[in-house]
Amino acid sequence: MAKITASVYTSHVPAIGAAIDLGKTQEPYWQPVFQGYEFSKQWMKDNKPDVIFLVYNDHATAFSLEMIPTFAIGTAAEFTPADEGYGARPVPVVQGHPELASHIAQSVIQQDFDLTIVNKMDVDHGLTVPLSLMCGQPQAWPCPVIPFAVNVVQYPVPSGQRCFNLGKAIRRAVESFDKDLNVQIWGTGGMSHQLQGPRAGLINKEFDNAFLDKLIADPAAAAAIPHIDYVREAGSEGIELVMWLIARGAMADIDGGKPPKVAHRFYHVPASNTAVGHLILENQR
Amino acid sequence: MSLEKPYLDVPGTTIFDAEQSRLGYHLNQFCMSLMKAANRERFKANERAYLDEWPMTEEQKQAVLARDLNRCIKAGGNIYFLAKIGATDGKSFQQMAGSMTGMTEEEYRDMMIKGGRSAEGNRIIGEDGDAQAHHQPQGKAGKK
Repeated sequence: MAKITASVYTSHVPAIGAAIDLGKTQEPYWQPVFQGYEFSKQWMKDNKPDVIFLVYNDHATAFSLEMIPTFAIGTAAEFTPADEGYGARPVPVVQGHPELASHIAQSVIQQDFDLTIVNKMDVDHGLTVPLSLMCGQPQAWPCPVIPFAVNVVQYPVPSGQRCFNLGKAIRRAVESFDKDLNVQIWGTGGMSHQLQGPRAGLINKEFDNAFLDKLIADPAAAAAIPHIDYVREAGSEGIELVMWLIARGAMADIDGGKPPKVAHRFYHVPASNTAVGHLILENQR
Repeated sequence: MSLEKPYLDVPGTTIFDAEQSRLGYHLNQFCMSLMKAANRERFKANERAYLDEWPMTEEQKQAVLARDLNRCIKAGGNIYFLAKIGATDGKSFQQMAGSMTGMTEEEYRDMMIKGGRSAEGNRIIGEDGDAQAHHQPQGKAGKK
């Protein structure tokens, strides 16, 4: 049976991708950011999964205003890194896992979540920056990835509670897959940031650190945070944090298991306009 | 019964909801077209002619020509779409975000390095934080 062994949480700031691609990671501005992921890169080598279920959002790349799916699961065999206007990132093509992805799609839809199934899709920095942060610059990504895109661009975005419940459904879906697979679930985006208007540049360290505390120890309380609180406290784009709740909802303790072990925690301001937050939580046997 | 919009009293912030999306549909789809290199070239060669191919309002076209992102957002633009204009111009996301505050690039970058803009006074319209309407534009531009 397939099992979710760990969850990873990280911001996915595009400028981080650019810093990696342009060889700037040791510059004084960027060095503290990447320092925070040194542990994580080693951890990825020591805990290499068979599949990563990667929750992220598309930033007007694969989805224009022609179609705005709330939850979209990538079931293709591969996904090409997108040209977001600066040219495509020089990173490996993302290999999918169509068999597990289709299985999860069927199971989760039968648990009353209306997923959009996507068989052709380019993936943007929301997906590739977390892979770069966790895996460095390999010739190929270490394992197949199932992209799971959440609409956080056009309001109303799904509530934290709905995302948390969806995580539970994903966990059940993964555990009903017959093959023995070690699956990690990653929740990406955030933390506090606002990219628009005279309030651009908002950062809220207190909110972010309280969110990390809650996500670890009282995830149901984190799931209860209403949309407006993210906007007021963490900036209009801080709403991306609801995606972390999908990953957290898929952990064993939510379904009666042991609380996860905090393998790593990191926080840094700024990366471009954004507060960078990062956690690794391991399910305990 | 009208829809609940609890986010309308956040200063300096426009939530891209269904109403804004409806207003900005063609503006945002124009931005989306700049994802293709050939379209970026055509746009750069004659911006006005390229914009005239889209059923956008005159205000939307003027806002794009002026690169006034606050005006674009008011007219229904969304920052992730508008970012394609910035990418076409070779601007970073930080330059684009900073441009909406009135601050110079250095001023905005320094604010971020010092920990970013505080939420204090910037949660609800009518408080006295730096994002409030009566403190615009920010930085040196507002001190003249």
